[in-house]
Amino acid sequence: MIFKGRTFTFGDNIDTDVIIPTKYLVTNSPDELKAHCMEGIDTEFARDVCGNDIIVAGENFGCGSSREHAVLAISGCGVRLIIAKSFARIFFRNCLNRGIYPLEFKHTDQIDRGNIIFVDTDRGILKNETKNEEYEIPKFDAFITELIELGGIIPYARKQLNIR
Amino acid sequence: MGKAITEKILSDHSEQKDFKPGDIIDVKVDFLLTNDISGPVAVQEFEKMGDGELFDNNRVAIVLDHFTPNKDVVSANVSKTMRDFAKSKGITHFYDAGYGIEHVILPQDGMVKSGDLVIGGDSHTTTYGALGAFSTGVGSTDVAGIMALGTTWLRVPEQMKFVLKGKPDKWINGKDIIVYIISKIGTDGALGKSMEITGDGVKYFDMDSRFTICNMGIEAGALNCIFNFDEITEIYEKNAGVSNYKIYKSDEDAEYDYVMEINLEELQPMVAAPHMPSNGRPVTELSDVNIDQVVIGSCTNGRIGDLRTAAQVVKGKKVSPNVRALLIPGSREVYLMALREGLIEIFTESGFTVCSPSCGPCFGGHLGILGRGERCVSTTNRNFVGRMGDKSSEVYLASPAVAAATAITGKITSPTEVA
Repeated sequence: MIFKGRTFTFGDNIDTDVIIPTKYLVTNSPDELKAHCMEGIDTEFARDVCGNDIIVAGENFGCGSSREHAVLAISGCGVRLIIAKSFARIFFRNCLNRGIYPLEFKHTDQIDRGNIIFVDTDRGILKNETKNEEYEIPKFDAFITELIELGGIIPYARKQLNIR
Repeated sequence: MGKAITEKILSDHSEQKDFKPGDIIDVKVDFLLTNDISGPVAVQEFEKMGDGELFDNNRVAIVLDHFTPNKDVVSANVSKTMRDFAKSKGITHFYDAGYGIEHVILPQDGMVKSGDLVIGGDSHTTTYGALGAFSTGVGSTDVAGIMALGTTWLRVPEQMKFVLKGKPDKWINGKDIIVYIISKIGTDGALGKSMEITGDGVKYFDMDSRFTICNMGIEAGALNCIFNFDEITEIYEKNAGVSNYKIYKSDEDAEYDYVMEINLEELQPMVAAPHMPSNGRPVTELSDVNIDQVVIGSCTNGRIGDLRTAAQVVKGKKVSPNVRALLIPGSREVYLMALREGLIEIFTESGFTVCSPSCGPCFGGHLGILGRGERCVSTTNRNFVGRMGDKSSEVYLASPAVAAATAITGKITSPTEVA
């Protein structure tokens, strides 16, 4: 998969309560949720973010509550790639099920807000076009790759159950 | 080489036997849980699979506990969606408003038991590890997948062992243990890993304290948190009317990637200061902090043992005029036990408000939301920014004994100072 976009950077331990505060959990609509995305930490993010933009963060992104609304809010903003040093495990799974690519990358400190980043997951490269830097990135194992290509556990289950 | 309890349970629930940490395996799910937060999205996704039969309508629980009794029209409609779904699919384990919090009632009623593999659409599903079961949380779409398949995928975890040694002071609760551990390893210290709590000291912790410890394993990022089956587990399962459980224990020569020893003799009551569960400090270091609200309850510390301890502290004393004190029993059963034991009277006389069983304000839902700059000592599990209300409010996580003592004095207080 290929991604190219402008980055929004965040720190370590960004929890799902700040990604989407509880009071908005009464809706499942990405379009409604996106207006409050990151509200707990950055009140301007939801206004400024555009499709293809990329979230960049430190360790343990998406920790805390299992609320899938956090991923729905981010996908509602048009973001398709999150680059973090590490992901909380439930959030990571939710990304796979909602068409967001969770890229683990240890050198996120080298990426600044507003940098233009190019990622080719098949070739295993990340390019910071703003800084003219190139890095190798890890590839997922066969199962996770299949899950991403299918579009998550629902298409996977449909395949398993022979539902067309 | 021997195996750890988590590896044994995973192995017995998977066709893949020869796995190592990092491998992806398929596992059979014994019991699946969802609620009024993860449930509606799960239902929406499940319905994308056609007329969709559940893998087993007797092994799925729906518990309406987060926004119940419904706080507004929107949450009422959410509950209705789940109620209608449960009815249309013939779900036997459906629990409506007021019955209790999912992680309190599932073990209490024997729905989940020792040796089970349990998955829930709630991060605190790690709670049931206290029974010697494997249990972990997922998001809504994964819940929908399991509803259809009865299986899911897991990344095999590395094994971490926490060895409790010595005898704790009488006020030490499971909360103090887990807050201490997270203060040492951080909120990602166990990311995707298995936390096993073991050692001679575990015998001083009843099941209620063990549920508390496993409940908050997720606050260190753990896949699961688990105790080995012992006499205390056996008595609990007997009282819950469960007989068809399976006993698992780690082999003595099991290998661990990480081992931490905890000397219980030296452990003080711990409080996690804002805004991370990893900000744990001994209660005495925070004794100058004034408090506006105290909450005793939640899936972490809303069980009868928690209420008994708190009642012991507040008995015959009055809640500080500067504090709103809330007691939220974890289930109707816990409420009834507390009523029969005279605890509800003790709390009410001292000035606590007793609310109906639910998640309450823990996650900022309802029943005790904090205003600008307000501070709360709570027996719940998270103290993230804005978790319980206004972005400028603060949550301090503590045991029922510390919360009760704090309610009396109006500032963060060790139970030894008032009891």
